[in-house]
Amino acid sequence: MNVTSYGWLVLAFPLAGTLLIALGWRVLPGRSAGWLGTLSIGLSFVASLAMLKELLAHPEDSRALVGTAFTYLDTAGVVADLSILVDPLSVLMCLVVSGVSFLIHLYSVAYMASDEGYARFFAYLNFFVFSMLLLVLAANFVLLIVGWAFVGAASYLLISFWYRRRTAVEAGIKAFVINVIGDVGLVVGAFLLFDGTGALDYVGVFERAPEVFGENSPQIVTACLMILVGAFAKSAQLPLHTWLPDAMEGPTPVSALIHAATMVTAGVYLIARCHPLFELAPAAADVGAIIGTATLLFAATVALAATDLKRVIAYSTMSQIGYMILGVSVAAYGAGLFHLMTHAFFKALLFMGAGSVIAAMSGQQSLNRMGGFRKAMPFTFVTFTIGALALAAFPLTSGFFSKDEILAFTLHRGSFYVVLAVVGYIAALITAFYSFRMVFRVFLGPTVTQARELEQGQLAHGEHANPATGEEEDTGVGFPGAEHHIAEREWPMKAAMAPLALLAVLAGTVGIPGLTETLEHFLEPTFKESKFHESVPSESAELIGLVVGGLFAIIGIAAAYYYLLRDPMLRLRTRERFKRIHGFLINKWYFDELFDLAIVRPVAACGRFGRSVVESAFVQGVLVGGTVGLVRAGTSFARAIQTGELRAYAALVLMGVGGLVLYFLIVSS
Amino acid sequence: MDTSWFVVLSAFIFCIGAAGVMTRRSPLVVLLCLELMLNAGNLALIAFSRMLGNQDGQVFALIVMVVAACEVVIGLGIIVAMFRRRLPIDVDEMSELRG
Repeated sequence: MNVTSYGWLVLAFPLAGTLLIALGWRVLPGRSAGWLGTLSIGLSFVASLAMLKELLAHPEDSRALVGTAFTYLDTAGVVADLSILVDPLSVLMCLVVSGVSFLIHLYSVAYMASDEGYARFFAYLNFFVFSMLLLVLAANFVLLIVGWAFVGAASYLLISFWYRRRTAVEAGIKAFVINVIGDVGLVVGAFLLFDGTGALDYVGVFERAPEVFGENSPQIVTACLMILVGAFAKSAQLPLHTWLPDAMEGPTPVSALIHAATMVTAGVYLIARCHPLFELAPAAADVGAIIGTATLLFAATVALAATDLKRVIAYSTMSQIGYMILGVSVAAYGAGLFHLMTHAFFKALLFMGAGSVIAAMSGQQSLNRMGGFRKAMPFTFVTFTIGALALAAFPLTSGFFSKDEILAFTLHRGSFYVVLAVVGYIAALITAFYSFRMVFRVFLGPTVTQARELEQGQLAHGEHANPATGEEEDTGVGFPGAEHHIAEREWPMKAAMAPLALLAVLAGTVGIPGLTETLEHFLEPTFKESKFHESVPSESAELIGLVVGGLFAIIGIAAAYYYLLRDPMLRLRTRERFKRIHGFLINKWYFDELFDLAIVRPVAACGRFGRSVVESAFVQGVLVGGTVGLVRAGTSFARAIQTGELRAYAALVLMGVGGLVLYFLIVSS
Repeated sequence: MDTSWFVVLSAFIFCIGAAGVMTRRSPLVVLLCLELMLNAGNLALIAFSRMLGNQDGQVFALIVMVVAACEVVIGLGIIVAMFRRRLPIDVDEMSELRG
C-alpha cells in the first residue's frame, strides 16, 4: 500500500463509523455504539501512523503526494478533483486529530454513558472527526471548503447536542452563524486566488501565485485577508471569537475535542498551509500577527475574571490559539504547529479533568461553588495539575518549549514584532496565574459538601438543572443523563487521561532547541521554500527566551498561590478595589454588548422597518392588494352571471343561439 | 311531401323542449325535454338528408342518438345518486357552483 491509500483509509474509518452508528443505533445495545465509534477512530489513528511510516520511507524532497479518487467537479473551466494531499503537515495534523480524538472517544464512552442520546452523540462525534480529517487532507480549496463547512455543521450539532436546553441551542446557532461568516470569507478568498491563478489545487495555486501576483499586490492581500476571516472565525480570534465561550454549552467531551484540540486549530493549519501566499502578502500576515496577539492578551485577561470553570478553559484556548496564529503569521511555522500539538494534548487533558470535576459537582460549573477536591479526586487532581503546568508553560513541560519557541521567533523578526513578543510574555504571566487560579480554587481551599461526601464514597446527586440559568430539567433525550461519571470510578476515563498527562509533560521533547528538533526537521519539506527558512533565532537567544518564559511561569504560579491561598481575603479586597476593571473583564470587554449595539440592533431595526413598512404597506397593500382589487373589479360582471342556477344557464345558451341565428338570418337575406 | 312541414314540426318540438328545460324544476323532466330537443334536431337532419338525396344527415342522426344515450345514462345516474343521498330533486336547489 502506498502513502495515499493509507490517507484514504484515514478518512474511510470515521465515515464508516458515522454511518454504522447513525443507521444502526437501534440495534446497538448498551455502550457498544461508543466502543464502535472509539474503534473507528482508533483504526484511523493506526492508519495515520502507517501513513507516517510510509511517508518517512520517501526521500525528503518528494514528501508531498497527491492521491486522486475521481474528478469531483468539472464545469465551465473549474476543475476540482476529489484528491488528498499527504505531506508532513497533513500527516502531523492527522496524527494529532485522530490521536486526541481517539482518547476523547474513549473518555466519552464512560462520561456520556447515561445520556439518552448516547448513539447519536457518537455518530456526531465520528462525523466531526471525518470532517476534520477531510479538512486537513484536502488537496484543493474546494475539498477544503467542503471539510471546513462539515466541521462547522458538526460543531453546531454537538454544541446543541442537548437540544431541549434553550441556551445550548442558542449557542449552537451563534457558533454556526459566525462559522458561516468564516466560510464566506474562505470561499471569497479561494475565488480571488482562482481568478488570479486559474487553479484550485494547492500545488497549482502556490506554483503560479508568485508569477501572477506581485508582492503585496491588492488582490493577493485581499485574498489572504479573506482567508484570515475564515481562519479567525474557526479559530475564535477577535472579533469573531464570541461563539467559543458560548460553545461550552455542549457536553464536556465536545469542548475537549472540538473547542480545544482540533476544530479551533483549523485556522492555524490553514495559515500554515497557505504560507506561500502569506509570504507574498506580508501585510496580511502582519494583520494575522497583530490580531493573534490582541486575542491572546484579551482572552488571558478575561480568563482572570471568569467564574465558570469550562469558560476559563475556553478563554485559555482562545489565548493559546492566539499564540499559534501569531507563530504561523510571523513565519514560525514549525513553532506554531509544535504549539498546536502540545496544546491539543494539555487542553484536552484539562477539559477531561474539568468534566470529571463537573460530574462530581453533579453538573455545576461555577468556580465559586467548588473547592477542596484534592483528596476526593486524587487522579483528577494530579492530571489536571499536569495540564495546568503545561498550560502555564512551567519549565520542562511541553507548553514551555512550544510557547517560548513562538515568542523567540517573534522577537527575532525585530521591528514592531518585538512589541508583539513582549505582549506575548505578559500574557504568559497572566496565563500561569489563571491556570493555577483554576487548580487552587477547584482542588485546594475550603472543602465543599460535594467533595466531603465524595471522600466518604458518595457521589453528589444534585437537582437536574441548567447550570447557566438554573432552569429545571428532566433526564430524557435532549437533556443530560441521570448519572454522573467521574474519572476515579471509570477506567475508560482514566485510560484516556493518563496518556494525555504523559504527553503533556513529554511532548516537549520533540522540540528542545539545540538538542532535539525532530518536529521541525520532520516539517521541513513542507516549509523549505519559505523565505524565512534560514532566518531562525540563535540557540542562545532561544535559551534566554526559555529562561525568561520559565521565570514568568513560576512568578505567575507563585502569585496565584499568594493571592488565592495565603490570604483569601485579598481576593475580595482587590475585587472591591478594582471594581471597574473586574466588571470590564467579567463582561468580556463588552464585546457581546458591542456587537449587540453595532450589528444586532441595526439589523433588527431594519427588519422591523421591513416588516411594518415594506412588507405590510408595500407588498401586502400595494402589490398583493392592488392586484387582487384589479382582478376583482374586472371580473365582477363575469361573476354575476355564475349564479349556479341551471335554468338560467339554459336560458343564456338559448339566448345566445337565438342571437346567432338572428344574425345569420339578417346577414343572409 | 314538402320538406318545410318536417322542418316546422322539428322547430315546434325543439321549442317545446327548450321551454321545458327552462321552466321545469324536476331534473327528470329537464332530461326528457333535452331529449325532445335532440330528437327535433334529428328530425331536421333526416328531413334535409332526404331532400338532398344523400345519407350524411342520417349518419349524423345516428351519432346524435349515441350521444343522447350516453347523456341520459349519466344524467339518470346523477339523479339516482341524488335520490339515494336524499337530496332535494330540484334543479333550483342545486346551485352550489356559483361564482
